[in-house]
Amino acid sequence: MLRRSLWLLGLCVAAQAFAAAPPQKPPRDLYLGEAFYYAQQGEYFDAISRLDTELGQFYRLDERQLDPFHLQSNFAEFSVGDFELSYRMHQRAGRAIKAVLEGNVSQDIKNEAAFRLARIYYQKSDPINALHAIERITGKIPESIRDDEQFLRAQISMVNGRFPEAITILQGMKDSRAYEGFAGYNLGIALIQNGQEKEGLAQLDKTGQISSENEGTLSIKDKANLVLGYRLLESNQPGEASQYLDRVRLVSPFSEKALLGSGWSSVSAGRFDRALVPWTLLVKRNPTGKAVQESMLGVPYSYAQLNLHGKAALLYGSALESFGQELTKLDASIDTIHKGNFLKALVREELKQDPNWVIRLRELPETPETFYLKDLMASNDFQSSLQNYFDLEDLRKRLNAWDEYLDSWEEIIDLRRRYYEPLLPDIDKKFRTLDSQLRLRMEQRQRLDDRLQHMLIAPRPDFLKTADERILQNQFARLEAQYKDDTGEGAEDARRRIKRLQGLVQFDIHTTYDQRLTDAFTHLRELDADVARLKKIYASFVRTRQAATQSYQGYDDQIRQARNRSRDAKEQVAMLMARQGHMLELMAVNELDLRRRRLEEYQIQARFAMAESYDRAVKAQQQAVGEKAQ
Amino acid sequence: MKNYLNIASLGLLFSVASGVCVAEEVSREQIKGIDEQVQDIKKDVLAISTDLTQLEEKLLYPSNTQVSLFVSLAQGEKFRLDAMEIKIDGKDAAHHLYTFKELEALQKGGVQRIYTGNIRSGEHTLDVTLIGKTAGNSDFHHSAHYTFTKDVGPRLVEIKLAGPGASSKDIEFKDR
Repeated sequence: MLRRSLWLLGLCVAAQAFAAAPPQKPPRDLYLGEAFYYAQQGEYFDAISRLDTELGQFYRLDERQLDPFHLQSNFAEFSVGDFELSYRMHQRAGRAIKAVLEGNVSQDIKNEAAFRLARIYYQKSDPINALHAIERITGKIPESIRDDEQFLRAQISMVNGRFPEAITILQGMKDSRAYEGFAGYNLGIALIQNGQEKEGLAQLDKTGQISSENEGTLSIKDKANLVLGYRLLESNQPGEASQYLDRVRLVSPFSEKALLGSGWSSVSAGRFDRALVPWTLLVKRNPTGKAVQESMLGVPYSYAQLNLHGKAALLYGSALESFGQELTKLDASIDTIHKGNFLKALVREELKQDPNWVIRLRELPETPETFYLKDLMASNDFQSSLQNYFDLEDLRKRLNAWDEYLDSWEEIIDLRRRYYEPLLPDIDKKFRTLDSQLRLRMEQRQRLDDRLQHMLIAPRPDFLKTADERILQNQFARLEAQYKDDTGEGAEDARRRIKRLQGLVQFDIHTTYDQRLTDAFTHLRELDADVARLKKIYASFVRTRQAATQSYQGYDDQIRQARNRSRDAKEQVAMLMARQGHMLELMAVNELDLRRRRLEEYQIQARFAMAESYDRAVKAQQQAVGEKAQ
Repeated sequence: MKNYLNIASLGLLFSVASGVCVAEEVSREQIKGIDEQVQDIKKDVLAISTDLTQLEEKLLYPSNTQVSLFVSLAQGEKFRLDAMEIKIDGKDAAHHLYTFKELEALQKGGVQRIYTGNIRSGEHTLDVTLIGKTAGNSDFHHSAHYTFTKDVGPRLVEIKLAGPGASSKDIEFKDR
């Protein structure tokens, strides 16, 4: 039963690792696109930070619907949730998605949110809440998540013990290309768990024969064969088991275990010569592997069963030598972990550039502490702890870099302050003078405008006299006054001429009034163009002037706060790194200790078996000599 | 046939070894507890990062002078982009060599902010050169020129790239 549970756990991990993120719609907003640019490179911190900034700015807007980003804000919220999930921030991702789920949005969006929430609960091993979340999905399921939703529903049903439901769902997914192999494998396990052993094994057999080019599918195919083989071994059907174990590819994560099982199936059938075939292959592999070490005992054991005791004794001797070397390595590894080298090796940048860095790390001679940790490194608990340690290391580096940023920003601010502060008072003084002149002119312009507007309703030709006409009229008025009381000869004639000339000027003013009014408006528009230019210069100056002040004022508090927060965060990160690091070291030492004890047990077994083989070999030799003598 | 478990007594060694207690175990609760604390500190550091991003923008790239250039690939483009060179008003602004991961991110719809800087308001020129390889592995080199106007607000220009033979232009500019 325990073994069965272990298989189930294994399948869940495998399926989870395979479950790809739903296809993402191409982002249109540039900043949203930028967040995706980082996310697609696995730089989730930057992706979340950029999108958080963008969403923060969007939510501060008064009229959000005028910003084109509002069309993508829901998608952006989901994306933040996705990025947070990938950045292992399940709590925050869950809260964000829950908020969408309870908001006033369409059922389509709610379905997508429920799916993501269910996935979070499932990943956090919370099957009940995962079930509640997935059951909130109703109506039409978006095409983009249909297969993922079905597969997740099946997984959640299985972890909740609802195998009949899982079977129905997985039977409907047989043709899914995205889950090729995975759906079939899970169906097999669900059938076995539901008590339908025969059907389950038949399903696993079917999955174990899939032909595909996809590495994920090929891996699950190997796993189906391995599970099937071991299941049959457990059921005392070694003959049937071997055909499935032999299907597992020789280069595969499951090959060592398959070769070991294949050997045992032959041993179980009493075919020790056949057991030697897979075990001889296995024994040549990396001596740190559990299956490899077991095969080191298995090979001489088979020779002994074939009555080749001399050969068996020699091979037990080789195994003892190898176990001794491995124990030395393990001791060195435990010692180096205690010295803190393990954590240093884990954070080596050049290794992390390589996708197979865990394997490479194991092969580096200067990091013996990682020789035996392949299995541990593949475990969920260790992986999540290790990822946390990496993330904390990344945060530590960022916080240190930000301190330098803050230093340089303060320097920039200081330089700006020293440059602007002596200049600005004089500039402000000049500006105030110009500003008052400008205001006066603007008032004058406004008065002219008002007057002209009024003249459209009540014509006032006298307002549109030219300067020459005003001078002339003044001259006429003076002359008129001069001749007013003159009784002399010619005075009457002069008065008449003055009147005529006055009439002439007045006539011009009145008859050309419309043209003058049009010209006045034209000139006012020309003035407006100049005023607009002036206003633009004025606004530009005001902005530049504000920018000058804003370039060095108002940052002190922000920078001080940022420094304090950064300092607190650094202390917290250092504390957590120490704790997380200690936990990793402890897990590693425990694993190595376990392997150490296992090897010690193997040593005892090998010593006894070697002694026995020697005895038997000697006896056989003596018997042969005796028989010869007779 | 002999019982498998009797024969395979060696296989039981693991269970013997695992029964032995180790000095200090790491419990699931401890792992969960520290994981929650790590999530909390991530949240705090992200909040600091967001504030610093806004502070940096305000301090170094105020909106009245800010210009940002973004690079994207036309949908479905598979040509290999090796490098981009960008000049603003004839002066070098950005030169970027692409890694495989960056190119893949662009091909999946990501948008790269290649440059953020400050310029005066008014008309400016943009000269873009892209260097890459076609699907057939032949060299691909293309340049384009663009004029844009900087106003009061931040100016965002998207530079959309398409490979040779695409229905759209090789280099397309979009004011955003």
